[in-house]
Amino acid sequence: MRTSSPKPNSAPRQRATGRRSPLATVALIAIGLVATGGAYALASTTATATNPAIVHQASADEGKKLFAANCANCHGLDAAGTDEGPSLHGVGAASADFQLGTGRMPLAMQGPQGEKKTPQFTAEQIADLVAYVASLAPGPALPEDRYLQADGSASKGAELYRINCAMCHNVAGAGGALTQGKFAPALAGVEARHIYEAMVTGPQNMPVFSDLNITPQQKADIITYLKFIENNPSVGGADLGSLGPVSEGLFIWIFGLGAIVAMTVWIAARPN
Amino acid sequence: MTAAGTTTAATTATPTSTDAPPTAGSRFTGAVANYIDERTSISGLVKELGRKIFPDHWSFMLGEVAIYSFIAILLSGTFLTLFFDPSMVEVHYEGSYDPLKGIEMSAAYASALDITFDIRGGLLMRQVHHWAALLFVASIGLHMLRVFFTGAFRKPRELNWVIGFVLFVLAMAEGFTGYSLPDDLLSGNGLRIIDGMVKGIPVIGTWTSWLLFGGEFPGTVIVGRLYVLHIMLLPAILIAALGVHLLLMVINKHTQFAGPGRTNSNVVGVPVMPVFAAKAGGFFFIVFGTIVLIASTVTINPIWNYGPYDPSPVSAGTQPDWYIGFADGALRLVPPGWEFVLFDHTWTISVLAPMAVLGGFLVLVMFYPFIEAWITGDKREHHIADRPRNAPTRTAIGAAGVTFYAVLWAAASSDIIATHFKLTIEGVTYALQALLIFGTLAAYLITKRVCLALQAKDREIVLHGVESGRIVRMPGGEYIEVHEKLDEYDRWRLVDFEDYKPLMIRPNAKGKITVGQRVRAVFSRWFFEDRISPVTKGELESGEHH
Repeated sequence: MRTSSPKPNSAPRQRATGRRSPLATVALIAIGLVATGGAYALASTTATATNPAIVHQASADEGKKLFAANCANCHGLDAAGTDEGPSLHGVGAASADFQLGTGRMPLAMQGPQGEKKTPQFTAEQIADLVAYVASLAPGPALPEDRYLQADGSASKGAELYRINCAMCHNVAGAGGALTQGKFAPALAGVEARHIYEAMVTGPQNMPVFSDLNITPQQKADIITYLKFIENNPSVGGADLGSLGPVSEGLFIWIFGLGAIVAMTVWIAARPN
Repeated sequence: MTAAGTTTAATTATPTSTDAPPTAGSRFTGAVANYIDERTSISGLVKELGRKIFPDHWSFMLGEVAIYSFIAILLSGTFLTLFFDPSMVEVHYEGSYDPLKGIEMSAAYASALDITFDIRGGLLMRQVHHWAALLFVASIGLHMLRVFFTGAFRKPRELNWVIGFVLFVLAMAEGFTGYSLPDDLLSGNGLRIIDGMVKGIPVIGTWTSWLLFGGEFPGTVIVGRLYVLHIMLLPAILIAALGVHLLLMVINKHTQFAGPGRTNSNVVGVPVMPVFAAKAGGFFFIVFGTIVLIASTVTINPIWNYGPYDPSPVSAGTQPDWYIGFADGALRLVPPGWEFVLFDHTWTISVLAPMAVLGGFLVLVMFYPFIEAWITGDKREHHIADRPRNAPTRTAIGAAGVTFYAVLWAAASSDIIATHFKLTIEGVTYALQALLIFGTLAAYLITKRVCLALQAKDREIVLHGVESGRIVRMPGGEYIEVHEKLDEYDRWRLVDFEDYKPLMIRPNAKGKITVGQRVRAVFSRWFFEDRISPVTKGELESGEHH
């Protein structure tokens, strides 16, 4: 925090008129304020920048309490898993952030698949829980911001997406069916961070795409493509859910042929 | 057989009336008409066609919809041929669509993308072409259903039914070859299925596939080959068959529904000139306008999403266009494990069996008029369209066929049904497998009973009139509801239909009862055992008295 103060202006005058100048008080107060404010600002930034461990530890402790209250029922008090839920040792910060940030955890109910819903915790609480899960054992970390900017190569991302993702999520990210009631969800509206975390951790039925398989930059390209199709609506008009020929066929039978049959009835109608 | 117009006297090509002196304009038209007629003798044709009578019913216009959408297809397709490059040469895309820039693809796909993004009006024309194609096949389907359910395929129109069926198959072939051309991921996946079907044929399958694709799938020639089929061979055959179809329609005259003054030997309606032609012309623009409206507001086949064809990826939700859906659905409904080992080879019938079923289904549809004619033994001409209820067995067969087709069709979207209705895909598949058999049977039984019930109701209405809701107390204290008699016009519609009885087995000239006769009798009994006869004149007269 740096503010321009009246200091340079008042300094020559002070020399000219002495310590009893009426402006001396003002100058002293200004110096005092700048010094204490600057020192405080310096102290507070260094605290966050250089001692994350302290804050982190506090957060993980907080997370542990939240975990015991909200998650331990299935994952066990020590997060080592029970019959109802898997162990969280080694799943990493990325996994916890994805599951909590998309509202999948805590589950509304046991079912074929945990579904996306409104997150049940505040961002701060999620950070605490993530810190706790990350502290259990090493695992995939939260993605770096530079991979989440959607500024990579859309064409490379699209190609990777078609080869690696489209068979479940559909070429336009509209989602698709899996076995036994499970499904690959639609990808529109999913935050870049969560897309990245899903690729790294392979939540639920999704396979893991490790950094050896798809590099972080390639993941960023995939995110770029997904954000491109999300932000650029179909040039051809209404996209009918991007579901392909099924919705097109329904549309032509119901609305196309429906409208035309209505016309034939109108044309052939005779006034009575 | 004469065509009689009831509404208006038909105008002919004679342009001037005699009383007033002709104006310059009409003198000119007259001179031109005369000039042409002296050289072509066309007036006879114009007179004949101009006075051709068309009965007015909305369901008689469905075939027209098919023709008009076909014209839209021809026009937009011609535009597309100007810019499409049917080549599988590998190029790097350098057009406007960002997520495909620099990607290696075939020239066919690149030119389809250029049509979409870089050629003015190209995307609209692509969408007009594709939407019109969907409408074309859909309207043919609906038209066929109308012809089937009204019995309009009976003598003398059996051959025209067959030609119409060929047109339907050609339309599907046109559609399939067409959506395979852009060489995007979806079209390549479709071709891969065809490749799999061909390879599923024992012994010759693999060789046939290599012949078709010029080597191992996908090869580098298939787009060019399909292009020739799509823009030349199939349309030429289609147009020729369409010409014959229309010609036979003119020669056989149009069917009409029963009504006062309408008999098997006349056609009641409006002549082509001028009213019908004006209506039809207007209707053409309505159909074309509807297609353009849809094409300009709703995306179809977003090839830019699919990316270039590459045999490794398959997108979730990959389906063919709707008219091929029933074939895709048949493949999806085959239970797992339909294969056996013989002579050290694994033989699979999981592809052949559904293809055989579909082939059988299509052959039945194609030859249905002959099958029914043989069963009924009816050699008369029929120009009065049946009301579906008055041919209960045929209508029930039709309903069963529609159900069978619809279940296969729905099966092609089993994955989308599963995700959108939150079901398991296995559950959807099992349910559709059951529906394919039991739903078809149920549709047959229910439809037949509904038809018979409707006939019984019609009979009741003819004999006893309509309940008026007016309750009258008789002098003796009895209450009766007064029934109002139908007027003659309404009654005609209800009583004018043919009655068939099961065939009696009779020995032939040699005094023998052939096996064919017996089989025929069995079918005939199946067709006509349950029936409700139309009200006879005698019944009607005796009914008038009480």
